[in-house]
Amino acid sequence: MLAVFVVCALFALFGLILGYSARRFKVEGDPLADKIDAVLPQTQCGQCGFPGCRPYAEAIARGDADINLCPPGGEEGVIALADLLGVEPKPLSAEHGAEKPKSVAVIDENKCIGCTLCIQSCPVDAILGAAKFMHTVIESECTGCELCVTPCPVDCIRMEPFKETLATWRWPEPKAIDE
Amino acid sequence: MNLLKLWNFHGGLHLDGHKRESCTAALAVARLPERLVFPLQQRNGEDSKPVVAPGDRVLKGQVIARDESPFNPPIHASSSGIVRAMEDLPLPHPSGLSGSCIVIETDGEDAAVNFAGVADYRQCSPDELRRRIYEAGIVGLGGAAFPTSVKVAPGGNRKIDTLILNGAECEPYITCDDTLLSHYPEDVLEGAKILLHILRAERCLLAVEDDMPDALAALEQAKQRGDFGAIQLVRVPAVYPTGGEKQLIKVLTGREVPARGIPADIGIVCQNVGTAAAVYNAVALGAPLISRIVTVTGRGVKQPRNILARIGTPLADLIAQCGGYANDAERLVLGGPMMGFGVPTDDLPLTKSANCLLVADRNELIGEKRSLPCIRCGACADACPANLLPQQLYWYGRSDQIERALDYNLFDCIECGCCDVVCPSQIPLVQYFRAAKGKAVAKRREREKADHARLRFESRQARKEQEKRERAENAKRKKENLGTGKSPEILEAIERAKLRRAEKTPHPSGNGDPLDDAGHETATPPPAAANPSGSLNSD
Repeated sequence: MLAVFVVCALFALFGLILGYSARRFKVEGDPLADKIDAVLPQTQCGQCGFPGCRPYAEAIARGDADINLCPPGGEEGVIALADLLGVEPKPLSAEHGAEKPKSVAVIDENKCIGCTLCIQSCPVDAILGAAKFMHTVIESECTGCELCVTPCPVDCIRMEPFKETLATWRWPEPKAIDE
Repeated sequence: MNLLKLWNFHGGLHLDGHKRESCTAALAVARLPERLVFPLQQRNGEDSKPVVAPGDRVLKGQVIARDESPFNPPIHASSSGIVRAMEDLPLPHPSGLSGSCIVIETDGEDAAVNFAGVADYRQCSPDELRRRIYEAGIVGLGGAAFPTSVKVAPGGNRKIDTLILNGAECEPYITCDDTLLSHYPEDVLEGAKILLHILRAERCLLAVEDDMPDALAALEQAKQRGDFGAIQLVRVPAVYPTGGEKQLIKVLTGREVPARGIPADIGIVCQNVGTAAAVYNAVALGAPLISRIVTVTGRGVKQPRNILARIGTPLADLIAQCGGYANDAERLVLGGPMMGFGVPTDDLPLTKSANCLLVADRNELIGEKRSLPCIRCGACADACPANLLPQQLYWYGRSDQIERALDYNLFDCIECGCCDVVCPSQIPLVQYFRAAKGKAVAKRREREKADHARLRFESRQARKEQEKRERAENAKRKKENLGTGKSPEILEAIERAKLRRAEKTPHPSGNGDPLDDAGHETATPPPAAANPSGSLNSD
């Protein structure tokens, strides 16, 4: 009888400790979503079907979205996500688009009519301009999401691949060897 | 002569020196070329800004480009002439990319600006001397081209006790430091004294390899002629890569530079002997760095020799002055056979960092060999002077596990090439390490950019959220204000209407009696009479 009583008392005690610490040390936000968000490329392009990288990360954390919906992250991104979540990597989903070389948006400043539609569509505020004034893309801030291309009524925005400079150049891998 | 105890570093190789080819011929002075080319980019970083325009006449020693950054010392014209163009030309860089350059057509007069040095450097403060070194455009002449004014400002509370002058020219074929020490020993020793004054260091160790007898003899003679008590000549064994900064420090002092640290962390500053001579010229004579000694050698050139050439001279001019190409010349390498890089053309300018121009014939260099699988023999780890495990680095580098490679201290690799030489499978290990380093840097940059984009995205979301909230609040406030925000006349009218209604229903409390239901039903006219005021209210 005493044993049963002691065990019950211990259960109650541990329950209280756990209950207290669950309140006291509650983690704000969703740590898993944060971790997933840190792996995503932050292009904010919405190709995954979610309005930005953060919502996609939250959907993955909830288990509502697959890990292979992010074309800018590419194969490498899928593998990183699979590593993080402890699941098998899978090929990139074709319906959400293919991996492309990194590029930046360029506005043809002669054609721009200053409609501000691209400014409103840019997820990272990388386009500078005002109504009825010429707009321009801040190259260093552009993530290459292409969201500004379709809203333009005069089709003056095009995507240009990143130019290699001495600052971005890196040594190539040696030619493949047979093993 | 060696009173100093010498230490050993791990690994290293005894290589066939090939020094005789170039150091038997006397030092030549290069002809004035027809045109000089100055790339605006000196090290990987920002371009300097030109301060001359096409058509301007410039004098020898005049500044033609500068930048505010202390890492970008000014660029000087190395002869007089007319600025012909600012254009994109191929750079002497392993990428083969082009970059903007200033092209000067020389006029043959070689007219110089007036150089003014200081009579006694001891009267100058270290900061003043550093400024002079910066203004003279001096960068490390050993190959890395790191700005000297930055290197002699150790910063923080670092106390420098030893200055090391690096004359240990360990890479095969290269003899330009040997030649400099044989011909201009006083300049180097005087430069050492100036550097000691700047650093407030007590002693200077000048390291020379034991296969450079001429340089050593010249230095000893010069040392006896002047007051060079603080400078000690040290003969170090000719093992490759003794001339590496960290390796030389280990050999001379037994101290090791910490990983990701700099020599100043352990109280040492290391400079190339050529840099010391340039410092002397800049301080004592006021002359900027506009020329250097470069070794032109290899079996592919007819008369290998050392040549004192202006910065900006086309490489083709230098080769022509060494007898031109031999018949079996095959590869042009800028730098030595171990650490240099191949260039596709000789239409490139001489830069401050170019110490050697190697024209190799068919069998001279480790070319592209057919490599075999790694057999894990460990010979590379035995040879590595940086105490790394090249086979592990290779493994992780190849399989794109850059994080793991970083755990194995990838960035401590000095790319000396010892592992390449000893590898029985002839794997181009250093190439893999360079590629892996590039990947690591690119990854870090991408991460930084992504973090930045996330921040911008989040602040945009927050801003939109706030705008939405403000709009909603505004609408709400407007709705609330509908009743109260009326002009006094309207309010008066409402009051009047209320009064009228009150007059028409003299006993409102009796009307509200639940027992008098029928009476309430018959009292419908008053609300109907109050209707106008009601419609006013809702207006």
